[in-house]
Order: sequence, then C-alpha cells, then structure tokens
Amino acid sequence: MRKPALPCLLGLCLLTAAALPAFADRGDLLIKNGTILTVTKGVIAKGDVLVIGGIIKQIGENIAAPAGVRVVDAAGRFVLPGIIDSHTHIALAGTNEGSEAITPEADVGTVINADDTSILTALSGGVTMVHTMHGSANPIGGPNVVLKTKWGRPSEELVVREALPTLKFALGENVKQSGRTVQPGQTQRYPATRMGANAIIRREFQKARNYMEQWDRYNKAAAAKNPPKNLVPPRQDLRLEVLAELLRGNMVARCHSYQATETLEFMELAKEFGFKIACFEHIWEGYKIADELAAAKIGISVFADSWAYKMEAAEGIAYDAGYCAKRGVLVSINSDSGERIRRLFNDAAKTMKYGGLSEEEALKLITINPAIQLGVDRIVGSLEVGKQGDIAIFNEHPMSAYTRCDMTIIEGDVYFDRDLVLKEREEAAKKAAAPRGEGGVS
Amino acid sequence: MTRRALLIALLIVVLAAFASAQAKTPGVIAIINARIIPVVGGEIPKGTILIKDGLIAAIGADIDVPPGAEVVDATGLRAYPGMIDGYSSLGLVEVSGVAATVDNRETGRINPQARALEAIRYDSMHIPIARSNGITAAVVAPAGGLVSGVSCLLRLDGWTNRAMSVKAAAAMHIELPGIRGGRGGFGGGRGAPQVRADGPALLAELKELFKSARAYEKRRDAAAKNRLLALPEYNETYECLLPLLKGEMPAMISVHSERDIRAAIVFVRDENLKAVFFGVEQGFKAADELSKAGIPVVLGSLYDLPPVWEDGYDALFRNPGLLAKAGVKIAFSSSSASAAKDLPYHAAKAAAFGLDKTEALKAVTINTAEIFGVDKTMGSLEKGKAANIVLADNDILEHRTNIRKVYIDGREADLSSRYTELLEKFKKR
Repeated sequence: MRKPALPCLLGLCLLTAAALPAFADRGDLLIKNGTILTVTKGVIAKGDVLVIGGIIKQIGENIAAPAGVRVVDAAGRFVLPGIIDSHTHIALAGTNEGSEAITPEADVGTVINADDTSILTALSGGVTMVHTMHGSANPIGGPNVVLKTKWGRPSEELVVREALPTLKFALGENVKQSGRTVQPGQTQRYPATRMGANAIIRREFQKARNYMEQWDRYNKAAAAKNPPKNLVPPRQDLRLEVLAELLRGNMVARCHSYQATETLEFMELAKEFGFKIACFEHIWEGYKIADELAAAKIGISVFADSWAYKMEAAEGIAYDAGYCAKRGVLVSINSDSGERIRRLFNDAAKTMKYGGLSEEEALKLITINPAIQLGVDRIVGSLEVGKQGDIAIFNEHPMSAYTRCDMTIIEGDVYFDRDLVLKEREEAAKKAAAPRGEGGVS
Repeated sequence: MTRRALLIALLIVVLAAFASAQAKTPGVIAIINARIIPVVGGEIPKGTILIKDGLIAAIGADIDVPPGAEVVDATGLRAYPGMIDGYSSLGLVEVSGVAATVDNRETGRINPQARALEAIRYDSMHIPIARSNGITAAVVAPAGGLVSGVSCLLRLDGWTNRAMSVKAAAAMHIELPGIRGGRGGFGGGRGAPQVRADGPALLAELKELFKSARAYEKRRDAAAKNRLLALPEYNETYECLLPLLKGEMPAMISVHSERDIRAAIVFVRDENLKAVFFGVEQGFKAADELSKAGIPVVLGSLYDLPPVWEDGYDALFRNPGLLAKAGVKIAFSSSSASAAKDLPYHAAKAAAFGLDKTEALKAVTINTAEIFGVDKTMGSLEKGKAANIVLADNDILEHRTNIRKVYIDGREADLSSRYTELLEKFKKR
C-alpha cells in the first residue's frame, strides 16, 4: 500500500507549494508599469505588456486595460521573457535506456510525467519552457522533447510541437562507463573508449545509409510501371528509421560532449554523413575550440561553472560560456537538474564576471539563445508583439544576486504567483495555530 | 624574433615571480580612497587602510599615509574584510568523481582521529579560485560516518598546509542523517519526503560513547598518578574525543530535521558541549529554541530543494532570515570544494528571501569568525586585526562583481587560478 504516497504528496504541493493557474484569465493579461526587458528590442524603463488569447498584442507605455482583463501591477519590478532551459531531464518517467549503447528508438516524449514536482520548482525560478532530454548513458540515446511548464495540465498540452525534433547523442566518460564498476558475471559494455564511441556512431550511420538505400531501391522498384513479381520490402527497423530522419534533415543532433577532441570528431561525423548538429551539451572544453564551433554555426548549452566532478570536467572553467559567446558561438546556460533549474538567472549572471558579458548579453543565454537552439525563437524567447505570452516578473533585475521571481506566466496564464503562495502559507499557518480539539497540525 | 620574444617573456615571468616573492616581506601598504565596508563599525565613504606587519595598523577617513608606504589607489572600489567559508572541503576534494583525489571521507563510522589539516592539498586548484572571489579563509571539514573527524580553519594563502593553518582543530564533526537522502541533482525533486528515524538513536549511541571516553580518561589519569593502578590500553578513539569532551573544541553537528535539531539541543546541553550546528534546513521550525540555547548555525548549501515540500518551495532560501530574526547567529558555507567560490551567492540568495543585507554580509565574515573563535583577528576591518582585505568593484555578494585585489595577512594574494591559466592559454590560439 505504498502507492497513495505520491498523489498525497502532490496534493500537498498544490496546497502549499504553488497555486494552480487562474484559468479564468484564458490567456488575457495586462502587466503594468514594469521595467520591460524585451531581450531583442531593448529595455523600456516603465512599460506595459498586453497579452490577449495567449499572444503578446502590445508592448509600450500607458496601455489601457481592455474590459475584463486582469491587470498585474509590476511597478518597481522587472518583466522578462519566460526563461528557457535548453537541457534538462525533468517531467519524465524515465531518462536513460542504458542497457544498450544504441537506442534511438527510446523516445522520452512517450514518458512525459506532467505530475513531476520539478515543474513547480522550474516555475518558481521563472522557467516556462524546457528541452527535456534522454540521458547520456549511450552514444546514441533517443529523441528529446520540448515542454512548457504548464503545471496542472495534461502532458499532451505541455508539448511544444513547433520545436525542432532533436536526437540525443553522448560522448566521453558516461558513454564509456568509466565510472561504473562491472559486477561479477557482467561484461563491460561496448564502447569502453572514446575510439569505440566514435566508431559505434559511425557504424550506425553506415547502417542507416544502407537502410535508406534499401528502401530507396525498393520504393523505386515498386513505383515502376511493371514492378518485379517477387518484390519484397526491406525489414522495418525502428532504430535506423530515427537515424534516417536525422540524415534526411528532419531532426537535428544534440550531443553531450565534454572534451575538445571528441567534440571535433563528432563534427567530422556530421560532415561525413551530412547531418546537422544543433548544439553540444555541457562541452566544458568549448573555449578550446570556440572558433571551430562558431565557424560550423553549432551552438553550445553549458553549465555556468559546475565543474571538476569528473575527470573530463576538470578543465571546465567558468569562462567557458562567456568566452564562447564573445567568440560568436550561440550559447545557452542549462540546468541539467531539477534544482538548478530555478536559479538559471543566477548562473547566467556569472558570465558577466567570467567572460565580461553585459546584462543584456547574459540574459540572452537563458531566453532568446535557447529559443534559437530549440527552433522556437519565432514564438518565444523575447518580449515581442506576436510572440506567445511567456513572461516572468522579478522583484529586482534578474542579473542581480538579490533578485527573486515573483510571477511566472505562460501564454497569458499565471502559473506561479509568489504572493498567492505566501497568502496560502499564512492561511495554513493560521489554521494550524487555531485551537481545534487537541491542538493544530504539526 | 620569436625566440627573443620568448626570452623576454620568460624574463618578465621570472622578474614577476621575484617581485611577488619580494612582496612577501610586507612593508607599509596604504589603501587610499576606498569605500570601506568594515562590517563591524560604520561604512566609511572614502577612507584609508594602512597595513603594517600583516595587520591593519590604521583605518579611517583621515589617516595620514606615512612616507615610503606603497600606495594603492582604490578609487571606485570597495574594501571588505575577506570572507570566511563556514564549511568546505577545500584541499580535501579535487575531482569529486575520482576517488584518488578525494580525501574527506574516512571509512567506518567513528573517526575522531581523522584531522583535515593533515591531508590538505594546499595547492588545490580550487583554493585560488575561491581566493580570487574574495574568500580568504575556510573551515575545511571531514565528512561521513557518525563522528567524521576534526576540521581546520585555513587561510587561503601559503606554501604548506601548516603555514595555512589558522586553527588546526576548529571543530569535531558529528553527522546526523539528512531528511531525504541525496541531493537535488540530476533529475531532482523525487526524494521521499520522510524524516529518517535514527537521529535520536544516534545521539543515544554518542552518549554511550562519550560516557566510555570519560570513564577511560578517569582510569587513565588515576593510573598516571598511582603506579599501583593498571594503566588502561591506549584507546585512540577515546583519546581523540577527549578534547571535545573537555570543551577544547566545539562539536559541529550536522543536523537537518526539526526533530533532530530539538534532540541535538538537548544532547548538547546534557553533554555540556560547545556546539555549532551545520545544515539546519528545518531550523526555522525550531528557531526560538536554537536562539535560547545560544547555538550558532552554519548553513549548508542553499543550492538544494526544500527537504520536504510542506516547508514551501523557498524553505532553504528563507530559513537563514528566519533564524537571524529569532536571534540565532548564522554563517554561510559553500559546503563544497569546486564551488567554494559561490559562498557570497548563498548569502545573497538568503537576502533575496528576507535576510537583512547587512546580516547577510556578516554571515560570511564576522559571524563566521565569532563562531570559530577567531573574531579577535579576523572577520572585519578593524585596527589590530589581520589585514585580510578584499577590493571589489561592486557589492561583494553580487555575481557580476570583480575582485581587484585580495590581501591575506597583509600580503597581496595571487589572483590567477586554473580558470585564468587555461583561459589565457587558449586565448593565444
């Protein structure tokens, strides 16, 4: 009878950790008198943002509230685009299909867990969108999925269908399982070296090419006026289908890598087989190959400074993000964590010290840059008329260490409201303190 | 041409090294035109600090600069006391995932004999990074088991572990279990919200252990005075616990849940220990009791999820402010080696959630010094104290702030690090 624990816990969260969105808003909201950090169109010292039906309709000064539209007073506060986490693993019922090295059929999009409390944690840090990914246990993992952090909504409604389909790859220590002790009776999984990791990925792409050729030949033959009588279709291969999609350009690669060499070699593979790499993940030695990354127009999604937890992260300097950004690489700061996700703005601010980015540049690392990496910059990532109303309101500038997220809004609906949380907490405390039979709730 | 350039570069490096070695003999240094934030005492909008023999010889708005003094013009900069990390693994953990570089967790459960100072890797790559962010001293603690060992207080400058030691025995570390095993890392947020049951049981075990140690001491001392009495077998565990039991060092007790905090307060009183609590994630639920008991608190990393959801999403962030409001003396810690430089940001995070900003600054400087009994020499900019001074171009708790100069015991510290070395190397590409 251990099952009821989770629903109970979630029920408690609803009551105490965050309030449900006010769906009565139906995506209509007017934010008044805030400092508007549009990210792409400069700063409005004191301005308003009007969202109607989930879409930003107007940004400017002295916008009158249409009848029936909720008004949020942001005087003295900062209004910015909802924060986007380019690499995380929250809201999933499974992360790593690590039993085999090659598992492109294992799609995390099929195991979305809309009840994961990490969604609330993300909202409390102004995060409105996440790229939630297959783990890094295998050279070829599986497809990833982009979600909005719409707590309380069913998983289908979380999925952002406009996003680029991405496929997870991984290199280095996780893939060669150097941190894992082989138990008696087990054998070490192939690959156990970076050579093997590169070779196995090449092998799979060769297979995928061959597979596509088989189907090409079959389709051509089948389409002929007089198809051969004994024409048999090739075997369907769900693994190779996914890789074929990548080779056809219908997906992009997102590759977990740490060291310079493995990264450069993956770029060689992409050239050899003609697929597109959207982004390298973590890439601690990005600063060593910033010029190559910039020239190839490959983005990077990195930690600000969480380093030295394993050997391949021992040269992961805090200047990585800022330096690469200055050299023309499209950089985002990611959390890779259900906790760090709520302080991505703090991590972005570190690039001002380590790398010399401006406030504006630093803010891009968690807004428009990840949006570009995910192919959703047409709809989110900045405050612009016509984009979706994904907005965070902070009490101080988001690049200040003293800042705090007060409100998180997705498509005009309020999903996190600190004032409401405090009010509910106060009421709960009053209830607990009230003399009721044998004392209150502990 | 390139060889000549190389030679010149080499010469410059050698001269620079020679010069910095020369600077090790401190003359008088005068930091002028600084906005001085002494932490103890009021802010001086534009003032001078004189450093002599490693100490602050004078500080104030109207200080005459003696002739021959090395003058450092700090116009546009703020002068702060060096920050002190209340709990770290600096010098004990290099690359946490590589066992060969990890020296903070001894095997077994009762290890009062393990002394952090004796294992400090003084040229750890993490120390210069922390130092270059304005942290000039740190408690370095062993971890794990029930009695983890003895921490030391380290100044973050020096050529040997002993030379860096401010206090060889800062505290004896005792660890009670966490509220929900594990930390909020990869994936995060799925820890079972259950308070583990064995906190009080472990305290009872410690009581027995301490009783045995005290009995051992009595027999040992009696035998020392009277040769007719049998000398007990040497017991390393008891011997190493005695300084704690005699009050020669405090117990630093890692304690997390409300229930364990309450139990630990009683334990400390019953055992008549000097104590510092560490972690204290649910401290806000027992803040008045902590305040009444006069037990100071070193907070664990705030980079974690609330121990139980019912505490609220911001529980760890507002905990420091609520403790301070109740009158508990608090200090922050990095609880880390590789992220030791983040110490000021924990303080700022707490300030974002209710802790007074002045109190936040104290909790990385003077409070920490007081908790570890070194406030006579550290923790603030006052005449007669060690010249641990940080010159910063902005608020020292802000991420964006650049640290321009750091003085440790009056010596200007090297601000280069693994970060800058690698950056410079690859900038040359």
